[in-house]
Amino acid sequence: MTARRVLLIEDEPNIIEAIRFILSRDGWRVDTHSDGETALAAIRTRAPDLVILDVMLPNRSGYDILHDLRRDAATKALPVLMLTARGQKKDRDLAEKLGVSRFMTKPFSNSEILSTVRELVG
Amino acid sequence: MSFDVLVTLCLAYVLLLFAVAFWADKRAARGRMGWIRSPAVYTLSLSIYCTAWTFYGAVGYAARSGMEFVTIYLGPTLVMVGWWTVLRRLVRIGRIQRITSVADLISSRYGKSNLLGVLVTVLAVVGTTPYIALQLQSVTLSFDVFAGGGVRADGDSLTQTALFIAGGLAIFTIVFGTRNLDANERHHGVVTAIAVEAVVKLVALLAVGIFVVFVAGGGAGATLEAIDASEISEWHAGPARWMTMIFLSGAAFLCLPRMFQVMVVENSDERHLAIASWAFPLYLFLMSLFVVPIAVVGLDVLPEGANPDLFVLTIPLAYDRDALAMLAFLGGFSSATSMVIVAAIALSTMVSNHIVMPIWLNARKGGATVSGDVRTVVIQARRLSIAGVLALGYLYYVFSGGGTALAAIGLISFTGLAQVLPAMLGGIFWRGATRAGAAAGLSAGFAIWLWTSFLPSFGEAGLLSASVFTDGPFGLSLLRPQALFGIEGLDPVVHSVLWSLLVNAVIFCLVSVLTFPTPVERLQGAAFVNVFRYSEGAPGWTGSAVEAEDLLMMSQRLLGTAEAQLLFEGEAAGQGKSGYIPDVTPAFLEKLERKLAGSVGAATAHAMLLQITGGVSVTVEDLMKVADEAQQILEYSSQLEAKSQELGRTARQLKEANDKLVALSVQKDGFLSQISHELRTPMTSIRSFSEILMHGETMTPEERQRYSSIIHDETIRLTRLLDDLLDLSVLENGQVTLNEADWTLEAILDRAVAATERAGPGPAMTIDRDRAGERTRIRTDGDRLAQVFINLIANAQKYCDADAPRLRIVVRERQGRPVVDFMDNGSGIPQKAQAVIFEKFARVSDHRAAGGAGLGLAICREVMHRLGGGIAYLPGQGGAAFRVTLPRRQAEAA
Repeated sequence: MTARRVLLIEDEPNIIEAIRFILSRDGWRVDTHSDGETALAAIRTRAPDLVILDVMLPNRSGYDILHDLRRDAATKALPVLMLTARGQKKDRDLAEKLGVSRFMTKPFSNSEILSTVRELVG
Repeated sequence: MSFDVLVTLCLAYVLLLFAVAFWADKRAARGRMGWIRSPAVYTLSLSIYCTAWTFYGAVGYAARSGMEFVTIYLGPTLVMVGWWTVLRRLVRIGRIQRITSVADLISSRYGKSNLLGVLVTVLAVVGTTPYIALQLQSVTLSFDVFAGGGVRADGDSLTQTALFIAGGLAIFTIVFGTRNLDANERHHGVVTAIAVEAVVKLVALLAVGIFVVFVAGGGAGATLEAIDASEISEWHAGPARWMTMIFLSGAAFLCLPRMFQVMVVENSDERHLAIASWAFPLYLFLMSLFVVPIAVVGLDVLPEGANPDLFVLTIPLAYDRDALAMLAFLGGFSSATSMVIVAAIALSTMVSNHIVMPIWLNARKGGATVSGDVRTVVIQARRLSIAGVLALGYLYYVFSGGGTALAAIGLISFTGLAQVLPAMLGGIFWRGATRAGAAAGLSAGFAIWLWTSFLPSFGEAGLLSASVFTDGPFGLSLLRPQALFGIEGLDPVVHSVLWSLLVNAVIFCLVSVLTFPTPVERLQGAAFVNVFRYSEGAPGWTGSAVEAEDLLMMSQRLLGTAEAQLLFEGEAAGQGKSGYIPDVTPAFLEKLERKLAGSVGAATAHAMLLQITGGVSVTVEDLMKVADEAQQILEYSSQLEAKSQELGRTARQLKEANDKLVALSVQKDGFLSQISHELRTPMTSIRSFSEILMHGETMTPEERQRYSSIIHDETIRLTRLLDDLLDLSVLENGQVTLNEADWTLEAILDRAVAATERAGPGPAMTIDRDRAGERTRIRTDGDRLAQVFINLIANAQKYCDADAPRLRIVVRERQGRPVVDFMDNGSGIPQKAQAVIFEKFARVSDHRAAGGAGLGLAICREVMHRLGGGIAYLPGQGGAAFRVTLPRRQAEAA
């Protein structure tokens, strides 16, 4: 069985490293991108099983990328887990309106993120 | 002595004066005023008060009336010493308001009233003409004395001499009095020539006096005895008469057009007045010192019937002292000519400004007034006026046939011109004085003076028939010229002064109280009465661009900033210009006036625009100050409108406040959200890795080591962020205490460079220093300034993307303030980002390279603000460039 694939879009190197560690221990393959555009291109080439998306990104924001994903029929149903360091309600509302699968606020616990990923791909 | 020699001497003397005036004018034109504008010249120029009347006539006066002549000197002395504040006020007003004459002063004070200007001008011309005639007469008589009996009998020849003298004076005055036409109307050449003449007449009179005492009188002792024996040393006049005389000569000293000309118009420095206040009385004292001896000795040694008005000349002649007589003649000639020249200049200014120009402007109403055009007209008008004034004087001389009592004519003139006094003093001390009051008072005083003093001066069978004197006009005995309202037995001069000035002053006050001033009068009244409060160093202004700016400032006050700017911007755009300064066209003025009229009423709007565009009478500063006045007018005229405007204004303010609150709230949300992000990001890593370590996951020792150090680094990052936030909060709240000490920039920069030397990734940065400039000494908080420098150097290290990064630190001085420029050779900061780099959390590139939270430059800005300096991005320097401006240096002593 091929490993299930998670595509992580995040620009903080330490957070990338943490998530990679947690998920790879659980048997996930983690591809990372720190820029939204290259991530979108990679997704279009080969859709992952799950996208983990940071909100605060250089250039295009996480919301923009989510919006693009949902507009494209090929990725419309792709599970997207959004992480944000801004914990305000309006951020969550905006993400949900844009069709996010799950919205999590940083900092998260390792077990929490692991169970969410499992659940979303499940 | 032959007549020809005398004429030659006169011509030579006049040529000398020409040379002096010409030289002074040239020197002044080159800007080398030197002593041309010294207190000495100023004081000497005041001596035109001493005309031929005082030079020759004082002796005659003394011979006829004893010590009474002293009153003529006492009046001005008292004014100079005691009315110091009045003089200073006049001189200041004259300078600020660019007053050109007495008529201008009165007209300008009462709302630029042309009626008053004309009234005072007419009064001045009528009052001065006999005086000019008097000067012509005295010069002619002195010629006659010299030429001896040969010409004496020939009346025609005398008038011919007078004609030549009048003509010569006219030419001299025209040449030097109308050369230029600057706003201040100062005549350097003429004033210098006058000063020379003042010296000549003083020296001449003193020389004659000394000769009379020590030669003709047989020594000081003998002369004193003769004086004691004579009646001259006694007072003949009663107190009413001499008090009136002192008052009259003092008033005349202020009001005479020629005195006003030299004292106010020609004054170049108020401080000269302080010196003149004692020097001029001293001059008067010297001029009067030998009057009594000359009169006593003259009566003694000269044959019975000799004219005492000519003793100054005839005593030396009787002793065959030709040279001394010649000097005396020149002294008298100087007295006469200087008076005539200045009087003619003063009168011609009035006549051309208040009579000729208004008529000319009226005649060509609607036509555009080109400035060069007006200049020519004004100068021509002045020249014609000078010729006219002298012609009038000459005609008066011929018509009156040359009366013998010089003093009488002088007093009549004084009384006439003193009529200006109530309007003048009221104008500069009393804001309630109105145009109507001034006009009524002046007219009444003028009429009474004509009736009681001027017309009777032509003699009982002159212009008025003898019956008018005895029975009054049409048999109305109450109106007899020398016993007005039945008051009889008064001295004619006292009678005339009493009635004319009393009625004048009473009517002036009454009418002023009863009438309401127009807006322009209000403005001018405030500017005159409060001249010392408003005028300290107020500069004049010219040029249309400045005018437009003044108009804009004015409009902003009246319409509100936004509306006024919109109006001006729109107009400028209509003219194809950008910015807020349109050309001041008549169409624009009309538009502006209508607009302003909406808020302050039509009359005020008109007046204010007139003031600004007219450009001479009020300085802009004054106008701004009296905008308060406009506020009052607004209340009078349109209280309801004001109320509704106020409501509108309050609503606007409320809306503004609300907008501001909303913006603040948005800003605060953004800030909290930013802080949340900056705090949560490192906390995410810390939590994740600590859980990994806690749960005892299997990992290599290297991994364990690495994850621990990430936790450690992120903790430091959090601490730094909190430090920065606290620092910024303290700085923004102004709670920071500065440890100021004396530093050189070099020491602080050394610290900053040392603190940033820790080698980061990438090529090391070269820093070019400016050791010479860094020696600049400053007083500042060294730690805080170093903090700023460290930030800038660290930023350069982080962001400079050149292959061989290089940072230049240059110290300069701009406008007295030291500035330190930090310029790297990277690609700089994109223009779009330059505007926000000093904002909190503004980061131009992505997070990783930055390392900090994006508060560095915000802190720098706050620190520099607290240190009294500033920091700014310098665009266009190649790489990124920041300029730190330090506060102006204190005394170098530190």
